[in-house]
Amino acid sequence: MEKELRLMKGNEAIAEAAIRAGADGYFGYPITPQSEILEYLMEANPMNTTGMVVLQAESELAAINMVYGGAACGKRVMTSSSSPGISLKQEGITYIAGAELPCLIVNVVRGGPGLGTIQPAQSDYFQAVKGGGHGDYHLIVLAPASVQEMADFVDLSFELAFKYRNPVMILSDGAIGQMMEKVWLSPQKERSKVAPDWATTGKPTTRKHNIITSLELDPNVQEAFNEKLVRKYNKIREEEVRFEEFQCEDAEYLLVAYGTSARVCQKSVQLARQQGIKVGLLRPITLFPFPYKKIGALAGRVKGMLSVEMSAGQMVEDVLLSVNGKVPVFHFGRMGGIVTTPEEVVENLKSKFLKG
Amino acid sequence: MAEVTGIKEYIKPENLVYTRTKLMTENVLHYCPGCGHSTAHRILAEVIDEEGLQSETIGVCPVGCSVFLYNYIDVDVQEAAHGRAPAVATAVKRLMPDKFVFTYQGDGDLAAIGTAETIHSCNRGENILIIFINNGIYGMTGGQMAPTTLEGMKTATCPYGRDVKLMGYPLKITEIVATLPGTYYVTRQSVHTPANVRKTKKAIKKAVQYQKLNKGTCFIEIVSNCPSGWKMTPVQANKWMEENMFAKYPLGDIKTPVE
Amino acid sequence: MTEEIIIAGFGGQGVLSMGKIMAYSGVMQDMEVSWMPSYGPEMRGGTANVTVIISSGRISSPILRNFDTAVILNQQSLDKFENSVKPGGVLIYDSNGLTRFPVRKDITVYRIDATEESRKMNSPKTFNMIVLGGFLKVKPIIKLENVIKGLKKSLPERYHNLIPMNEDALKRGMEIIKKV
Repeated sequence: MEKELRLMKGNEAIAEAAIRAGADGYFGYPITPQSEILEYLMEANPMNTTGMVVLQAESELAAINMVYGGAACGKRVMTSSSSPGISLKQEGITYIAGAELPCLIVNVVRGGPGLGTIQPAQSDYFQAVKGGGHGDYHLIVLAPASVQEMADFVDLSFELAFKYRNPVMILSDGAIGQMMEKVWLSPQKERSKVAPDWATTGKPTTRKHNIITSLELDPNVQEAFNEKLVRKYNKIREEEVRFEEFQCEDAEYLLVAYGTSARVCQKSVQLARQQGIKVGLLRPITLFPFPYKKIGALAGRVKGMLSVEMSAGQMVEDVLLSVNGKVPVFHFGRMGGIVTTPEEVVENLKSKFLKG
Repeated sequence: MAEVTGIKEYIKPENLVYTRTKLMTENVLHYCPGCGHSTAHRILAEVIDEEGLQSETIGVCPVGCSVFLYNYIDVDVQEAAHGRAPAVATAVKRLMPDKFVFTYQGDGDLAAIGTAETIHSCNRGENILIIFINNGIYGMTGGQMAPTTLEGMKTATCPYGRDVKLMGYPLKITEIVATLPGTYYVTRQSVHTPANVRKTKKAIKKAVQYQKLNKGTCFIEIVSNCPSGWKMTPVQANKWMEENMFAKYPLGDIKTPVE
Repeated sequence: MTEEIIIAGFGGQGVLSMGKIMAYSGVMQDMEVSWMPSYGPEMRGGTANVTVIISSGRISSPILRNFDTAVILNQQSLDKFENSVKPGGVLIYDSNGLTRFPVRKDITVYRIDATEESRKMNSPKTFNMIVLGGFLKVKPIIKLENVIKGLKKSLPERYHNLIPMNEDALKRGMEIIKKV
């Protein structure tokens, strides 16, 4: 079957891609700037076509716990929200990580802290990649930089989630959620009819009863479980790092940016090169696992790096870890819902590295 | 201790008067002596067995003493975060509508931290059975005040007795959910005498049938005791429950289907 | 070819939908497009703007500081975006309600009295199509037939009977736009 071309908002692309990926359920609660996901699904009414369940929950807490219940049945389930709502979901997310359940959580980030602004930001990086909820755990975090990737990463997320029995987050932002671009949509996948052997589907006489839990009172058993999680995260670190290079071959300075900022920085690279400054861009696609090795390798070839994020400087800490002191690393970014412009990035790069 | 001789002679099928319920596992229950949870577990397991539902059942048990229900009843079980069981069960039932789905929740879980999930699941008329164990106290965490703690009743966090002016009134959440159009069958029972055990079991059986018919939410409150939390012997606790808890939480059907 | 456009005016003037039709039209012509709206409370009655990029190649930043063309439909937008037009670029404005006019000499300025024209045509809803017609006259980057196809794509089927009216408005816009 051929792919279908549409012009869509990022949020709509996620919703349509979820239906086409054969998702079993979506549970959400409205919040700007991502309400189009729930709205689109309600209008599409996939219960009548694929049988996908779509439900508006009474709160973000309820929604993420619905995801827990669905995932525990071995279903392909997801939720979406924006920053304040994702904070509310953290309890459920850590339970999901602790019970090793596969699911997709979409965060269309807006500026904070608190109620903040409804405009785009990238200030939830730490929350997404360093934990978010309590306990030692990691999400697999994918950062789309286009409407196409908003669509493509839905299926990829489910694939990774089930491969590792781990929650996956798509870390987007209000700009990509609200913008329209061309998107090639994959053909409709059938919903899976087989449940994984660990799922709670009703106990037949042929197996022991399945228990989904994150509770363990014996510290030795709990520690052994934590060690198992660490081994899983290390495997993910080894096998799932994804990134994109843009004019890095001859670059003297490197921009590191993900999502919307990476799109802005592509233009910055062009503008800088027009001015004779050899700049390249490394775009992490997975934020966990982070491309430490790749950035570390590039550190041996460039004079300095600028981490560009719509935040006070979060990913820059991982860039610093990658570079490990080899070259200077700076942060540049606007906050409060303001998207950095390509020109500003070039001006900042020049002021940091080319003074005088 | 008197020598027991020839006991093996008595272990014969025709002498069998009591046995472990088939769907109860061999794990030793961690519940305190005299606690109502054990009996409630047992009759739930009996109903699942008698209805032939073992392979069709998914239980959801959130934080509370009964979070370990999965150790005792041989069905698929999901442990849930504190208060969230009705949300979890909502998704389970919607994604697997042919299964028998129940939650098993305490008073702190269902009527304090999980009030929103309780109300909204009932309001949507989710086709699930909610079993609500009300003993007026937080048992697992060591006897703190619950939303259903009686006026004047002493707990670790109201050591001078519940002062309703400062701490609010005992919450009759079962009466509240009965007002919602989504609930189909709402009843309040107990498991402290054989007669009450039989009535509760009958109520669970009814709920199973209603769920099969997609009638909406069935809600069974079981008024129970907490000898440890109440600092009483099991016999004292049951007596105190009859005299005090039943006065506030009278037993009987609150909402019955209009046939 | 890359054309970077900002359309700015009041919410309710059809700013976002005009951008959407431009983007759809670009798709019909096999171009890459991006449509980045201002969103949130300002959509409801306040100022609204949308950045549209149409390109024969991959589009980098959907958010821009400088534009090839600014389509300006109220005073606030003129004040905000006049200086964002690249030197040598184009500014198109509707004079309705303006008290201060464009002053830059290093850009080409066009005026289109679309508000007045839509009133004359007795169809205020085609206002944004008149403006779009004017834009296409100045920047013929998309063929009219592809714009009509774009209209069909962006309008729900129940409104397809309005397409001829919109086509008339597009053509009228092409006629009435004039260089200042």
